[in-house]
Amino acid sequence: MSRPKGAIVGIGELKPQRLTRGVTTLEMIAEVSRLAVLDAGLEPAAIDGLLVGPQVGETPQHVPATIAEYLGLAPTMANVVDLGGASGAGMVWRAAAAIEAGMCEAVLCVLANNREETAPRSPNRNPIREFDVPFGASGANISYALLMQAHMARYGSIARDFAVIAAAARANAQLNPDAIFFGKPADAEAVLASPMIASPLHLLEIVMPVAGGEAIVVTSAERARSLRKPPVHLLGAGEKVTHRAVSQAPHLTSGPLKSAMERAFAQSGTRADEMDLLSLYDCYTIMVATTIEDAGLCAPGGFGAWLNDHDLSHKGDKPLNTHGGQLGFGQPDLAGGMTHVVEAVRQLRGAAGERQIGKAGLALVTGNGATMSEATALVLGAA
Amino acid sequence: MAIDLNALKTPGPTITALTKPFWDAAAEGRLKIQCCEDCGKAVFYPRPICPHCWSKRLVWQNASGKGRLKSFSEVHKPGHPGWLPAAPYVVGLVELAEGPTMLSFILAGTRPLHVGDMLRLAPTAIGGRVLPAFRPVEVEPGTEEKPK
Repeated sequence: MSRPKGAIVGIGELKPQRLTRGVTTLEMIAEVSRLAVLDAGLEPAAIDGLLVGPQVGETPQHVPATIAEYLGLAPTMANVVDLGGASGAGMVWRAAAAIEAGMCEAVLCVLANNREETAPRSPNRNPIREFDVPFGASGANISYALLMQAHMARYGSIARDFAVIAAAARANAQLNPDAIFFGKPADAEAVLASPMIASPLHLLEIVMPVAGGEAIVVTSAERARSLRKPPVHLLGAGEKVTHRAVSQAPHLTSGPLKSAMERAFAQSGTRADEMDLLSLYDCYTIMVATTIEDAGLCAPGGFGAWLNDHDLSHKGDKPLNTHGGQLGFGQPDLAGGMTHVVEAVRQLRGAAGERQIGKAGLALVTGNGATMSEATALVLGAA
Repeated sequence: MAIDLNALKTPGPTITALTKPFWDAAAEGRLKIQCCEDCGKAVFYPRPICPHCWSKRLVWQNASGKGRLKSFSEVHKPGHPGWLPAAPYVVGLVELAEGPTMLSFILAGTRPLHVGDMLRLAPTAIGGRVLPAFRPVEVEPGTEEKPK
């Protein structure tokens, strides 16, 4: 099976913050892009590919051109990647594919968002707005609550099984001073005691929205050899997009990540149980539960027992979201998905500091957008 | 429910020429969905082409109003402020007998809700318009349909 063969050679990350005041998204994109390109040891002029998110703050159209102009870049490949929380992972293999296709040689992938107090409501006129919102279902919380309830009904999973996921994320965040919940651990009991938002979903099972930014630089494996940081190789990737609204989901207890991960494992010749790091998209606890099952780490419905059997810390047998995940780090909008890529690169470089995992050869990174709708999976390997 | 759902200031549907037959029927207390004359499948929500076979031969038909609860949530913190006076309220995924699934407002029955419960169309005035809501089918003890 053919596969894109790129390497991640630079990463940048902004410390998340609850609110910004008078800061534009473009300014944050510039700050985090500079960090990633400096980390790669490249001159800005060497960046000839640009992948960005949709609707950057005040810029609803011509987003790549606006960002290129702002950064002083003149890319030979520029595109928007619009896959919600899967955008970050989705950018990585698009970058690698563009390089292989001869479109460009070094791609900057960047996502960032400000968070001002006066954000307007979404102007959506899509089918969700017409057919879900009038019945009282606005926002992602209710959609994920429906997925969680379906899992409980089908498999008998219980509230505590899910709470353990949030507690583990908080525990890991205690080793990441940049995490929004650094210094604020929460055990499973605290998660279960937090307010019910939309049953069966508790407040602490939901990511905290924050401002922030993430960026990475992708180049060819050949070019990566001459750069200053150990390259992290893209070994396999997969993607699947099945629906947008939860009512139209083909399944409620399994998602498109299943086939995306199967493809990423097949391309890389690896298995889920060989991964040294699980960097799994975690907007809600149910997302991690379903991903563990869809990856084949346990049988469908078995995530609760699997969690009980494993240590998810950096010292454990199954390190999971060592940066705290988005549940512990905070969710800087679309950039939240890219935190899972950036942490995997840190770990596979052996540069994760006091939260460095022992053996760091292979990492699974997942991205998820909308309501288990847009899915991208990456298998990354150390140099 | 003690509150008057019809008095809520909730966002209504964003109706287009294509979707108008659905909402016109809803206002009359009926549930109308599209059916494809080529592949025979029912379609929800309304579209100009069949999402199963891309045929344009879609016709409107009255749905049976029977459904099964695929999942539900009791909403304590609504995503839209217009729903705050109604909280907590229940929304659910309703698998229509004709095949497609729609999200709807679920009225309280006499017993706690369970995934798999059989539902029946229960047109309800919410926010100044009649919407195709659902409520659990009340059954005689001992004659319950077993959920699939």
